[in-house]
Amino acid sequence: MNHLAVPKTYKLYVGGKFPRSESGRTYPLRDADGQLLANAARASRKDARDAVGAARKGFGAWSGATPYNRGQVIYRIAEMLDGRRAEFVELLTRGGAGASAAGSEVDAAVDRLVHYAGWTDKLPAVFGSSNPISGPYFSYSAPEPTGVVAVIAPTGAPLLGLVSVIAPILTGGNACVVIAAEPDAYVAVTFGEVLATSDVPGGVVNLLTGSSAEIAPHLAAHADVNALDLTGADAELATELERAASDTVKRVYRPRGTPDFATAPGTARLRAFLEIKTVWHPTGALSLAGGSAY
Amino acid sequence: MDWEYAPAPESAAIGAIKDRYLPYIDGTFVEGGGDDLITYSPGTAEQLSTVSTVNGADVDRAVAAARRAYEKVWAPMSGAERGKYLFRIARGIAERARELAVVETLDNGKPIKETRDFDVPTAAQHFFYHAGWADKLQHLGLGADPRPLGVAGQVIPWNFPLLMAAWKIAPALAAGNTVVIKPAETTPLSILVLAEVIADADLPPGVVNIVPGAGDVGSTLVNHPGLDKVAFTGSTPVGRSIQQSLAGTGRKLTLELGGKGANIVFADAALDQAVEGIVNGIFFNAGQVCCAGSRLLVQESIAEELLAKLRARVETLRVGDPMDKNTDVGAINSARQLERITTLTQAGRDEGAEVWSASCPLPDRGWFFPPTLITAASSSMRVSREEIFGPVLTVLTFRTPDEALAKANNTPYGLSAGVWTEKGSRAMGMAAGLRAGVVWDNTFNRFDPAASFGGYGESGFGREGGPSGMAAYLDTDDEPVLPSSRSGRKGRR
Amino acid sequence: MTSTVPLPAHLEDAVRSETSLRRFLEGLPGVDPVGVEQRAAALATRSIKKTAKLAAIDLAISMVDLTTLEGADTGGKVRNLCRKAMLPDPEFPEVPRTAAVCVYPDLAATAVEMVRGSGVKVAAVATAFPSGRSSVEVKLADTRMAVQAGADEIDMVIDRGAYLAGRYGVVFDQIQQVKATCGDARLKVILETGELATYDNVRRASWLALLAGGDFIKTSTGKVAPAATLPVTHVMLQAVRDWRDQTGQQRAVKPAGGIKTTKDAIRYLVAVHEVAGPEWLDPYWFRFGASSVLNDLLMQRRTQLSGHYSGPDYVTMD
Repeated sequence: MNHLAVPKTYKLYVGGKFPRSESGRTYPLRDADGQLLANAARASRKDARDAVGAARKGFGAWSGATPYNRGQVIYRIAEMLDGRRAEFVELLTRGGAGASAAGSEVDAAVDRLVHYAGWTDKLPAVFGSSNPISGPYFSYSAPEPTGVVAVIAPTGAPLLGLVSVIAPILTGGNACVVIAAEPDAYVAVTFGEVLATSDVPGGVVNLLTGSSAEIAPHLAAHADVNALDLTGADAELATELERAASDTVKRVYRPRGTPDFATAPGTARLRAFLEIKTVWHPTGALSLAGGSAY
Repeated sequence: MDWEYAPAPESAAIGAIKDRYLPYIDGTFVEGGGDDLITYSPGTAEQLSTVSTVNGADVDRAVAAARRAYEKVWAPMSGAERGKYLFRIARGIAERARELAVVETLDNGKPIKETRDFDVPTAAQHFFYHAGWADKLQHLGLGADPRPLGVAGQVIPWNFPLLMAAWKIAPALAAGNTVVIKPAETTPLSILVLAEVIADADLPPGVVNIVPGAGDVGSTLVNHPGLDKVAFTGSTPVGRSIQQSLAGTGRKLTLELGGKGANIVFADAALDQAVEGIVNGIFFNAGQVCCAGSRLLVQESIAEELLAKLRARVETLRVGDPMDKNTDVGAINSARQLERITTLTQAGRDEGAEVWSASCPLPDRGWFFPPTLITAASSSMRVSREEIFGPVLTVLTFRTPDEALAKANNTPYGLSAGVWTEKGSRAMGMAAGLRAGVVWDNTFNRFDPAASFGGYGESGFGREGGPSGMAAYLDTDDEPVLPSSRSGRKGRR
Repeated sequence: MTSTVPLPAHLEDAVRSETSLRRFLEGLPGVDPVGVEQRAAALATRSIKKTAKLAAIDLAISMVDLTTLEGADTGGKVRNLCRKAMLPDPEFPEVPRTAAVCVYPDLAATAVEMVRGSGVKVAAVATAFPSGRSSVEVKLADTRMAVQAGADEIDMVIDRGAYLAGRYGVVFDQIQQVKATCGDARLKVILETGELATYDNVRRASWLALLAGGDFIKTSTGKVAPAATLPVTHVMLQAVRDWRDQTGQQRAVKPAGGIKTTKDAIRYLVAVHEVAGPEWLDPYWFRFGASSVLNDLLMQRRTQLSGHYSGPDYVTMD
């Protein structure tokens, strides 16, 4: 007797849970042969709004964790992804990739996560400084996370692209609302399951499936979103979103071309979502003799 | 004994103010094609000088000159050589320090003791500090050979004219860029004296171009397609419109905008020094500072005691002739700004807050506003949320450190904050939690070229000073992209 | 351990016992050293010229406690000093006399004799000056000797050892006992700020001395470095200002040691003016413990009047 499959319902990943779109809408995902893979949720602007709320909460917990802890969690994502290698290879081949290329992509995604896991506890050392100011003060400058980043995930590399935009955001201590590439929803949601089992606090990553042209403008205008990552937006949409971002002076990252995710990343994505804070603290002379010349 | 300090005026003649000043383009002072503008001395409201302004064609010429200088001279030059020019300029400023201080005080209206002791020496220090970076870019952590962006268009405000010019020009040049910079309409003079210093330093023509004019010139400049980078310091509304018009152009942008800084005083603060810090925070430069401590958040248990000391101290402030060496608070930069301050202060009264001003007599000419405290204010009042940009302090209270933090962060701005406490762990904890680009513990309004400065949120993005400030003028976009897809601007060799 | 002056309730409570005194002093707000030094430096940039400068010079002269406190002091030295105090610049008899002369107690009688009728006061140091290291009996005998010799003012030293060991009650009691021995003489309490070493201690010791009834709080003996500095004096001026705000009583301040030039003196007067208030610009409420500054004041005074620089040969050395 043949076993009747129990197909998965593809939902959003918001606040650590998997809700349907509040709009109830879906859209069909098809494999390389045009066969129906699944019905993915078509996220609405209200879903986006809820995701931002979840991200703001998640940001509180995530930015309050120690860098070491964040590194361990990102490494755990790598562990969980590696454990589900076969499943992701199958998903990618069904989406049209060759078996070998799919394997390489999953391996690269795992390695990418490992790379960023190792960055969490090094950012202030590399991008911060003790400032040699000319006065009786100790001054330091250190990077801090920007907050909530809205991301348009790239097309063309369903897993590696997604991981390559999310990981640097998390590394810095930020939370994100990611609009997955429309045809890649099946990979994105499955990746959401990986996140859900990796001790990532709810809300730190929120994955929305659906149309970026429809949702992204709401995120770009949302006053509680601090930054935008426009990697997956086409030129026209990206410019429209850059304009909308100016209303609330958001930080905007827009790659200068199609990112080559196969190559080692630089630090631009890390730095794009960090704020440098400078602190001054007086160091008084310990005795009156060391003080004023008067 | 009643002891009147006799007038102690600095000599205006030392400023050698000319009748007319010219734009500085491609290494020479040239007539601009725009209408002359008149600049006034805020301390007297009288005409100080005239300046020839530029038109669109002049801006084109300036950008072209900057591009030529960049490609032919400045980018090929070694960092060490570039640095030497900047060291020369630093020395030149120091040599003409007294003259520059007088020019700045006459044109801006701020007290001579501030221009003499802060603005001018710090401007010199900015050039000196950045000169040293020019041949050390490989140590910034941005790669073995970070490249400049190219030609930078820069627009600066009227509150620290010379210092803002230094903050913009020095890092841009140290990183290998050339610049076209526009001073504010009401304060065009000190940068044109700086142009003389720059010319005397033999800086190659076109590396620095100065284009005086009004808002339309600023708009023309920041939107010029020949630029690779735009840097703007000014109000948040203008910053927003620049960010919007640059969308999709690929040109790099940094913004230094407004603020509503919280100065937080805990019950265990060193009270007398906290009073000094509050006074410095809001009355330095007559409060016309983006990072002013314009909201006092005082712990409720000591609020009454602190306010009594604060009022007594504010009463001793000497408001008057900016050229008098004993003046503590000078003039407001323009009639327009004075009106804005007056309107917002009145809004405070209308909304039910208590408005108290120092009883000092104000000069009968010039644009002056008395040091003012607004108490019985709630967080939602306009005077608590909007940037007044004048010598007006809004006072709010809090009960616990968490509440102080929440109230301080409860603003779209995020430029500065002050924390007054003798408890080290609390100072550190507050500094970590405040969403502000610069946090001053037990002090306020401290600036140094080695310490980055800039905002969170609607106070802008990008930093000035320190290694992060250098990054703003370099091509730091190190994400690998597919060759066929490379678009738009990039660092040029 | 009750004080001898009527105080508001919260201050009466403070002196009820050594424990409450300690709690009160340690509960005073701290002083941030960087902040206070910056304020002192900023005020020191005040530009005092012309009529304001002349007025300041004359005021400063009238505030000087002309001092000699050397082992080698003799009757002759003291008499010379007194003449200088009474008539600082013989070519300009309108120059105010100094407020006082300050001498060791065994020479107080000599000074009293010399200055009789001139209005110049005689201040005598006492209480095992400068170290203060002796028994209470000896310190009181020292004081009595000076008072009986006719001294108008007694400059005592506090027991710094007791202070630094936290025995604030001991310090307090000694001041009270000396005050009781002073009779009509005004009591200056020398804190020896250089040994107290922190601005917080300067504030606390100032309050302690005020609570114990001192008429003046004085920075130093002049025998220990650092002696008077502007920031230390700022803290003490703030203390007497706060004291008046809380009690209605005005008390006096005297920086001593290290004030060498007219420029220094004028900076102190600016501090008095802007930190305490113009009511303190009077020899009754502020003094300079100094010797060499008087000649510089006289030279500067001549310069202001004549328009050319003066020289040391035109003022007398004593």
